[in-house]
Amino acid sequence: MNTFAELTIVLIILLNMAMSVSGSLASCIRLAAAQGVAAGLLPLMAAGGAHGRAVAFAAFIIALKGLVFPWLMLRARELTGARKEIDPLIGYPASITLCLAAFAASAWLGSRLPLPQSGVAYIIPASLATIFTGFLLITTRVKAITQVVGYLVVENGVYIFGLALFVEQPLMVELAILLDVFVAVFVMGIAIFHISREFDHIDTDALSQLSDWRRGEEG
Amino acid sequence: MVFFALSILVLASSAFLALASGGLAARARIIGAGGALLGSALGLVSVLKVLFMTGAEAYAGWPAFSVPLGRLALSIDPLAAFFLLPVYLLTAFAAVYGAEYLGAGGGRRTGAAWCCFNLLTASMALVFASANAVLFMLAWEAMAVSSFLLVVYDHHKEQVRRAARIYLVAGGAGALALLLLFSLLGASSGTLDFAAFARPEGGAAAAAFLAALLGFGLKAGVVPLHVWLPEAHPAAPSHVSAVMSGVMIKTGVYGLVRTLGWLAPWDGWWGPALLLAGLASGLVGVIFALAQHDLKRLLAYSSVENIGIILMGLGLGVTASASGSTAVAGLCFGGALLHALNHSLFKGLLFMGAGAVMHATGTGELEALGGLAKRMPRASLYFLAGAAAISGLPPFNGFISEFLIFLGSFGALRGPEAPALWSVAVLLALAAIGGLAGACFARAYGSVFLGEPRSSRCHSAHDCGAPMLAGLALPAAACLFIGLFPSAAAGPAAAAVSSAFGAEPGAAFLSAAELPLAYVSAGALALVLLLALAAALRVFLLRGKVPAAGPTWDCGYAAPTARMQYGASSFAQPLTDFFRPLLRTAGRHAPPDGYFPRGSEFHTEAGAVFYNNFYAPAALMLRRAAYRFSWLQHGRLQFYILYIIGALLALLLWKL
Repeated sequence: MNTFAELTIVLIILLNMAMSVSGSLASCIRLAAAQGVAAGLLPLMAAGGAHGRAVAFAAFIIALKGLVFPWLMLRARELTGARKEIDPLIGYPASITLCLAAFAASAWLGSRLPLPQSGVAYIIPASLATIFTGFLLITTRVKAITQVVGYLVVENGVYIFGLALFVEQPLMVELAILLDVFVAVFVMGIAIFHISREFDHIDTDALSQLSDWRRGEEG
Repeated sequence: MVFFALSILVLASSAFLALASGGLAARARIIGAGGALLGSALGLVSVLKVLFMTGAEAYAGWPAFSVPLGRLALSIDPLAAFFLLPVYLLTAFAAVYGAEYLGAGGGRRTGAAWCCFNLLTASMALVFASANAVLFMLAWEAMAVSSFLLVVYDHHKEQVRRAARIYLVAGGAGALALLLLFSLLGASSGTLDFAAFARPEGGAAAAAFLAALLGFGLKAGVVPLHVWLPEAHPAAPSHVSAVMSGVMIKTGVYGLVRTLGWLAPWDGWWGPALLLAGLASGLVGVIFALAQHDLKRLLAYSSVENIGIILMGLGLGVTASASGSTAVAGLCFGGALLHALNHSLFKGLLFMGAGAVMHATGTGELEALGGLAKRMPRASLYFLAGAAAISGLPPFNGFISEFLIFLGSFGALRGPEAPALWSVAVLLALAAIGGLAGACFARAYGSVFLGEPRSSRCHSAHDCGAPMLAGLALPAAACLFIGLFPSAAAGPAAAAVSSAFGAEPGAAFLSAAELPLAYVSAGALALVLLLALAAALRVFLLRGKVPAAGPTWDCGYAAPTARMQYGASSFAQPLTDFFRPLLRTAGRHAPPDGYFPRGSEFHTEAGAVFYNNFYAPAALMLRRAAYRFSWLQHGRLQFYILYIIGALLALLLWKL
């Protein structure tokens, strides 16, 4: 049974790497969605029992992460007329190197963290690596939409981490986080739409012009 | 304690009701002032019960209300009750006064002002009654916020906004020092309940004392931490200035007294440190008060002076008690605490009197006023009472407390060496302060109320309405009452000393003060009797005659004008010239020139010496240093998130 779970973990890690080198906005959104679906399937395989509540919960998660979020973001991309490219601040080789380094660091960190042993191998490192990849997307990409994708990836990571801790009952923790992210995505979707309407672009880089604190200025 | 809780409840609920009353000034006034009056009456019941009947009352805590480390623990011991007394008294007076004063806002919405006023009262009462550091800090900050909002009442004036900004910064800095104090005390005693506070070991006790001196000293306006006080207190509406200057700065004194209780036994240098702080505040405060041109600024500086007198009493008491002179310590402590009560009464009275003057003439500028005694006879009489009280003249209350500190200082002369030497300094300083304060208030009263009007605005001035006059008459009566019957106030003060510093100094205070106060009482009553006889004689001599009023004798000059009067600046000039090195008075002086001089001008301004020469440069340096780090603030969202991730990772790795 755990074989499938471990294969899913491998899939999630591979999706992380794919996202860190993906140059197209649409494919990045789809990859994040795929990762969300994989993460949503994970509890069904790991817990060894597809009882009613778990199935309903997984279906809800998969619907949200696999359908609603990507639809919202693809729509936001269409509405804002964002260019197809992803505009990274650092090159793709550097991105994948950082992603691999994050995975190595997660493997080390996972062995150090005082956590209860989980039945699935590498679930802790995978979750940490996913969180780091999300942060990588947030910090090194220019467009606001990519940052929303980054938050979703972080959320995927947190979800997997929650699975590792409470294999049976991640419900409460997860629902709370999910609610936060849902609101965040919603707000960001609206904000991006309005920003693009005001400024004709959604490069957060250019938003720094709004900062009232300019370097070296006194008075 | 039930009455106390009820008073807090009434104050808070009337605050929100007043806010909800919206634009209806009349309704806001009824709810706000009525709530303040009712709350004060309820609070007074519980205070008087503690002071005269039951002794300490405590409320252990309401388990439903708890925050991390804190709980809703209240306790009213005689010390807290002694400080609560002026809170409720002055709030009631100020509310009556404010009902008319704020009503004249010219159609302005006053709901928010009343809300803040009642919240300020409630938070001050909680500051004095809380028995837990977290609750204390919450009340302390609520007090700072509500008073800040009241200071910016006239926010359309640039000067008021500046004052409010300085006030906010000072409040924040003080709260930081208090957090340090409470963490030191909490670390040493393992709890944040006041009752269980224990003295920290070794150097930590000295650090706690310094933190208390800084934090509470900032609130009390101790020199050189006073810079916010002469800015913020004049900026607020007058009845709020009265409460802030009369009661709110006493939270600093209260905090210092409480801290001294927690940190006993005291290190040898604490008494002299308090004493020197008091000496500096007293002298600097009164000298700067002399040089002010604005009535409310003058009163604010005089608050600094009075805080100085209180601290001198406390400091000498601590020094004397360290060398075993219990009677001297009792007299000094009792005098200091009584002066805190007295000062709130007469300073409230004076600020409200200044408000009445500004209400009638639209200005507080001493050089533009004059002759108001004929136009506002009753307000003038009450202001005179306040001026006499603050100058320490019998038969008013200011004399009583300064007399007790004098008595303690003279007693210390016959005792051990250390307090004797310090008492010489206290005696000299008190005498100098008394003289200068007398000059300062002779100048203030003289230039505002005596002589002829110096500007057209004073001609049409008239006495204010009944509520404002009542707000002036009540504290004046209280000042006179304590001046005539000081023994009535000595009992509660002794109870407060006992609960703060132990039963011994309290009992010593009562026994040492009993006889002198009886003499003072007799003397004051005799003085009043004499004045009454003189007044009766005047009426008797004037019967059936009509007194004639003529112009002031003008040395034969045919066309005297009001501008030839002795002005406020000229009155103070001999003294301000003497203190010029400290005051740094800046002036322009263009004397008349030629046989037919056209225009001439004379302008002086007492600079804010401490602000300009220390705080402003320090703030500028801080600002420069902050700009060194402006590269961190580039406005790039990605890097801000990177900072957060870095911080989270560092925390994770640190905890591994």
